Amino acid sequence: MSEPATAQPRAPKRIPVLGGYYALLIALLYLPIVILVIFSLNANQVLAFPLQGFTWQWYAQALANPTAVAAARNSVLVALGSSVVATALATMVAILVARFSFRGKRLLLSLAVLPLIVPYIVLAVALLLLFAALDVNRSLWTVGFAHTVIALPYALLIIVARIGGVSPFLDEASADLGADYVTTLRRVVLPIIAPAILAAWLVAFTASFDEFALALFLAGPDPTLPVFIYGQLRFASRLPMLISLATMVMAGTLTLALVADRLRRRS
Amino acid sequence: MTTQTPVAERAGPSAYRAGAGRPTRRRLRLDRNVTFWGLVIPPSVWLALFFLVPLVLIVVISLRPDLRGGVLAGVPPTLDQYQTLLEKPAYMRLFGTSIAMALGVAAAATALAFPIAYFLAFRAGRRAGLFLALLLIPFWTSFLLRVMAWKVMLGSGGVINSFLLSTGLTAEPVAFLLYNRFAVVITLVYVWTPFVALPILAGLQRIDPTLFEAAADLGSTPARRFWRIVLPLSAPGVIAGFFMCFIPTVGEYVTPLLVGGSGGSMYGNLIQDFFTKAANWPLGAAMSLVMLAGTLLFVALAIRLINPRRLVG
Repeated sequence: MSEPATAQPRAPKRIPVLGGYYALLIALLYLPIVILVIFSLNANQVLAFPLQGFTWQWYAQALANPTAVAAARNSVLVALGSSVVATALATMVAILVARFSFRGKRLLLSLAVLPLIVPYIVLAVALLLLFAALDVNRSLWTVGFAHTVIALPYALLIIVARIGGVSPFLDEASADLGADYVTTLRRVVLPIIAPAILAAWLVAFTASFDEFALALFLAGPDPTLPVFIYGQLRFASRLPMLISLATMVMAGTLTLALVADRLRRRS
Repeated sequence: MTTQTPVAERAGPSAYRAGAGRPTRRRLRLDRNVTFWGLVIPPSVWLALFFLVPLVLIVVISLRPDLRGGVLAGVPPTLDQYQTLLEKPAYMRLFGTSIAMALGVAAAATALAFPIAYFLAFRAGRRAGLFLALLLIPFWTSFLLRVMAWKVMLGSGGVINSFLLSTGLTAEPVAFLLYNRFAVVITLVYVWTPFVALPILAGLQRIDPTLFEAAADLGSTPARRFWRIVLPLSAPGVIAGFFMCFIPTVGEYVTPLLVGGSGGSMYGNLIQDFFTKAANWPLGAAMSLVMLAGTLLFVALAIRLINPRRLVG
């Protein structure tokens, strides 16, 4: 049963149990999503079989809904801002980790990774208190600040993995050729880790764009897209429109994720 | 964060070649110093402001009798909120239930993910990359969409029920599928299984294949090889996957909100209520802290189990 690929000649004829299990699980994973996509194209307000015929009307309805479009725009803004900040901070921490030794290095590193093990609701509550203490009204900004914190660990892990493979002797060579340290970073280190930075940015972007648990706590009158969708779920008649909206978002995130994956693989 | 040893000083070509009176090393050190502070200050300040201080604020607020005078009012600390928590066993019971649910979800997701990871590591061959991508695509689709999908699947007018009705298997819609703990657990297992497969896969890929040959040469059976080689050596990955699912699930409040109904709510929903409807922030803060402490306890346990040094090698 545990015959590895390398020992195959010795293996008796295998029954493809594992392959079958994989296929079954994949089918189960995709089934709910496929069903949703089907219902987003089905000419019936109620999501039930039998199907009633093909329509684009829910997509048209979603795109014609100004609140939905505004919410999508809000999400893009928040995701853009928070992902750029998170990636920049992650790059800084990664360079510090790989190129400097200093007291407090472990502290900084664990502080940057710790958001991974803090449940989102605790972080949401904590930030809610912070903004109340600072007398800052909830808005897209507050959501954005929260998203930088949760995206930072993911971005950091991606960039650290790449920068760990860059030889420090390249820095030395650059310095010997007369470059100051900033120039060395800008002309030698950053170009080498650029694919990882881009991949980290895309991951941070998608993480923010899809994030709901923190956004629900911290969004002000302007909702992000998941908050908007959640608010509309109460109305059963809008379900098909929401599903079409979510399907379009899925197509968008998926494209970004695939691009990120390709970049990561190349780096 | 005051002293640093630039790489240039430790070892490397320039350390040997630098002739006396060459200014470059001094300058390099100086601007490395400047760069160091430029790199250290922004992330430190950002994380302190948006992560550390907020967590401290939870502690501060949880020691307040009420919120009169605002978040920053100087009130002598009290343990009232924690006493309230002890007096209301229902809250702590819900916390226990949530931990039990999270353990169950994590265990189920790990059990479902392990054969997948095993397949990808040892059986998929050249197409492993494609198979892996196929597994991860659902994880990259909107979380809300995936949860909504289960609402549509399990609802009384939903897919499973309309299928059962149209085939005549049941005369009435089956109501027990949605709006309970069962629905929450099913949905969360669905959401997490592909993700949990990743660390397990990483763990399996680190196993040296020659170990299998050695074991086979020494006459061990495949089952024995599985128990004595695969399982122990992949344990760090399995434990990591388990906790990557467990931690977010303990703090879950969104999935219960969507598919849990009133009977399926979790400890996180209680916290959410105290910060929204009930507007009792100090009690909510105390409850959040209890959750954080519980989670960190489990993580400490996990780190002891995994022994990170083994993961690095």
